[in-house]
Amino acid sequence: MSLLTPEPGLLFWMLISFGITVFLLVKFGFPMILKSVEKRKNYIEESLLAARKAHEELAGIKETSEAILAQTRKEQADILKEAASRRETMIEKAQEEARMESEKLIASARQQIDAEREKSLRSIRDEAAVLSLIFAEKILREKLGTEQEQEKMIDRLFNELDMSKS
Amino acid sequence: MMKRTLYISTLSVVLFLMAFPAWSVNQGGEKEELNVKEFITEHLADSYEWQIVSTGTRHISIPLPVILYSKSTGWHLFSSSHFHHGTKPYRGFEIAADGKYKGKIVETAPIGNISRPLDLSLTKNAASLIFASLLVILIIMGVARSLDRDPMNPRKGFVGLIEMLTLMINDEVIKPSIGERYQRYAPYLLTVFFFIFINNLLGLIPLFPGGANVTGNISITFVLAIITFLIVNLTGTKEYYKEIFWPDVPTWLKVPIPLMPIVEIVGTLTKPFALMIRLFANIMAGHSIVLGLTMLIFITASLGVAVNSSMTVLSIIFTVFIDLVELFIAFIQAYVFTLLSAVFIGLAQIESHPKKKVIVKNHAA
Repeated sequence: MSLLTPEPGLLFWMLISFGITVFLLVKFGFPMILKSVEKRKNYIEESLLAARKAHEELAGIKETSEAILAQTRKEQADILKEAASRRETMIEKAQEEARMESEKLIASARQQIDAEREKSLRSIRDEAAVLSLIFAEKILREKLGTEQEQEKMIDRLFNELDMSKS
Repeated sequence: MMKRTLYISTLSVVLFLMAFPAWSVNQGGEKEELNVKEFITEHLADSYEWQIVSTGTRHISIPLPVILYSKSTGWHLFSSSHFHHGTKPYRGFEIAADGKYKGKIVETAPIGNISRPLDLSLTKNAASLIFASLLVILIIMGVARSLDRDPMNPRKGFVGLIEMLTLMINDEVIKPSIGERYQRYAPYLLTVFFFIFINNLLGLIPLFPGGANVTGNISITFVLAIITFLIVNLTGTKEYYKEIFWPDVPTWLKVPIPLMPIVEIVGTLTKPFALMIRLFANIMAGHSIVLGLTMLIFITASLGVAVNSSMTVLSIIFTVFIDLVELFIAFIQAYVFTLLSAVFIGLAQIESHPKKKVIVKNHAA
């Protein structure tokens, strides 16, 4: 049966056309396609890797930024705390100083007052002495107006002297 | 649901209407008894002209060049139209009407001896083959160039389809079948796949330039199988040859009568033989079934309008169904040929037994 026997003519054309097809496609066609696909595959893989890396980097950056933020917050708190304490000490110091100053002032005022009082006392005493002398003179003059009285007085004074001597 | 019912009923009415012209044409020109077997064989076989349509005695066909070498008269090159569709002889050659060389060009010597010259004519199958080859080259080179121009951009449409098919055959068929050295064979096997696939598909198109029974022709599958055979046996490893000529069996099976080697050698030959027959038989059978089902219309033409009309509808439904199956077979046969070629190549790539490959467990699964 002719269907089952290869035809030389068709074999010849098959060899030529299939040969050319194979030559062209093996040499240029399929390697090109496979290479392009391989290239794309690599590109996609690289992109995925890069994306993952970027993602990780981003996470790292976020972490560091958070750390920095926390640190700054801590520092801020520290500074605030320090400022508060410094303010307190300053106030305390100022108060102390003020107190000391006032004490000094008060002390000096008291001294002055004391001195003034002393002075005034002394002057009062002097005045009083002078006055008492004047008064005593006037009283004596009143009391020792008569001779009798003068003698009586002299006697008493002598008596007193004697008494005190003995 | 309503839409579907409407669709189906409309289709049946159209099919019924289509049946009448066929019947009336046959009523008008009924002269000769229809020989179904001859008709189908004729369509499956090669021819010297590319028939487009025939009505009654009128044939519209494209004449193809006839190239002959005769021992007595040398080279001849002329158009097949000189034969007048096989009815007239030309330059001492004619297309045999019957006998051993039926349908082929024969040379009648003055004495009356009939012999066949060396026939390198560009027949219908050869022309279709060249057309398909050009188509394959055009498609693959076009896709390759398109991909090469911008490899980073994933493709859609036709380029994407060809790329997908290429990757599927490369990654799912060639790579696992051959193993490590698959890259050496991948371009050839991919070419074989697309060559067979495109030829199969073209064979399914009944209009010019399709319709030729190229992959259902044994010459074509013979060449394909021979190339596979050559690749398998010329690139085989030492271990492969050792397994053929000195296999690991009891010595009495090898000496004095080399029983196992003979079995192995026969095995190397049956593999490509099976490839050749499988593709040829599948595609030829597909064409036969489609033709046979179509013939139902013309066989039943003489049985009256009712039978003819209903058989026409049945025939068209069956033909459509078989054509769909054939589409699937066109792919499957190309796939199987590529797969088996890859498996045979892979079998010839074996390494020696002691250092068996360590099975790497697939942790990814």
